[in-house]
Amino acid sequence: MALVRNHIDEPAKLLSEARAGDYVALLKPRVMSLVVFTAFVGMATAPGTPNPLLAMISILAIAIGAGASGALNMWYDADIDAVMTRTRTRPVPAGRVSPGEAMVFGLVLSAFSVMTLGLMANWLAASLLAFTIFFYVVIYTMWLKRTTPQNIVIGGAAGAIPPVIGWAAVTGNVSLDSVILFLIIFLWTPPHFWALALFKSDDYERAGIPMMPNVEGEASTKRQIFVYSAVVAVVGVLPVFTGFAGPIYGCAALLLGAGFVWYAWAVLRMPADDRTMKPAKALFAYSLLYLFAIFAALLADNFAARFAGLGG
Amino acid sequence: MPQEFVKPTEEQLKARRSRSIAMGLALAAFVIIVYIGSLAKIGPAILDRAM
Repeated sequence: MALVRNHIDEPAKLLSEARAGDYVALLKPRVMSLVVFTAFVGMATAPGTPNPLLAMISILAIAIGAGASGALNMWYDADIDAVMTRTRTRPVPAGRVSPGEAMVFGLVLSAFSVMTLGLMANWLAASLLAFTIFFYVVIYTMWLKRTTPQNIVIGGAAGAIPPVIGWAAVTGNVSLDSVILFLIIFLWTPPHFWALALFKSDDYERAGIPMMPNVEGEASTKRQIFVYSAVVAVVGVLPVFTGFAGPIYGCAALLLGAGFVWYAWAVLRMPADDRTMKPAKALFAYSLLYLFAIFAALLADNFAARFAGLGG
Repeated sequence: MPQEFVKPTEEQLKARRSRSIAMGLALAAFVIIVYIGSLAKIGPAILDRAM
């Protein structure tokens, strides 16, 4: 019996209109660039000389793992992303990618990235990557983000692990030096996100996310931003004292840390009726520069030391 | 027995093509990565096997 094909002429709403670019957007490329860079620095400064090809594949696996956790975050957070100006054009709330597609995409990439890192580097690094994805998606996204103003403080651990993964991929272990790299990002996260939360507090209020300014108030948030900024400035110079980094890094870390404290001081002094919040916006922008610059300084210092070692 | 098929719009066809190309490139990249990664990981020992 012949099959008769009847086309339904009404617009096929069940079929996806998602372009490849929408799936790339699910990976949060800007966040991924920070992850790639910090993981690379962790890998490059670790003692040992990995095969360059395997190192590149490892970085790619870490990047994809980070992207996968971003996709799973967008799957779970589609409801709150839809009501925030900063996130409402993301593929899931905009309706270009369905939540189910984002979830499957994230899960498949998570599995592939962890397996690839395990096979190409080692299983400690792969375990850390798997833990990072779990921590970001389950502990931060599903639990902390909607329940406590300490959400990004604890959840920041997920964003801080990549240099440790890079280090573990080369050495097969986790050392004090790699833990300091973790601490720099971990302590950097609260002032970075709370600066954003100050000038986007209406957004977070509308979405019902208990960010620090919405729960404890702006004055308390500004004080906490200043304290964390001072602590991150101190922790930033620790690698010099453990012998992990030399004077080039030490000078850079001091200057960058002083800048961080200066910008945080400006936020602390910001009048309560200042709704343009330029100091908070400036701190947010500077914090991004700080993280890239301090890791770049560590990289430069490490290369200089290795070059001097070769020459000597 | 008649079967009903959904007729994709022009936009949906373009999107599907975009996804198909990306999927093909991603799979090809993954195959290459696993292949050269295996060569780099195992090294010359990749040729050592019992005859």
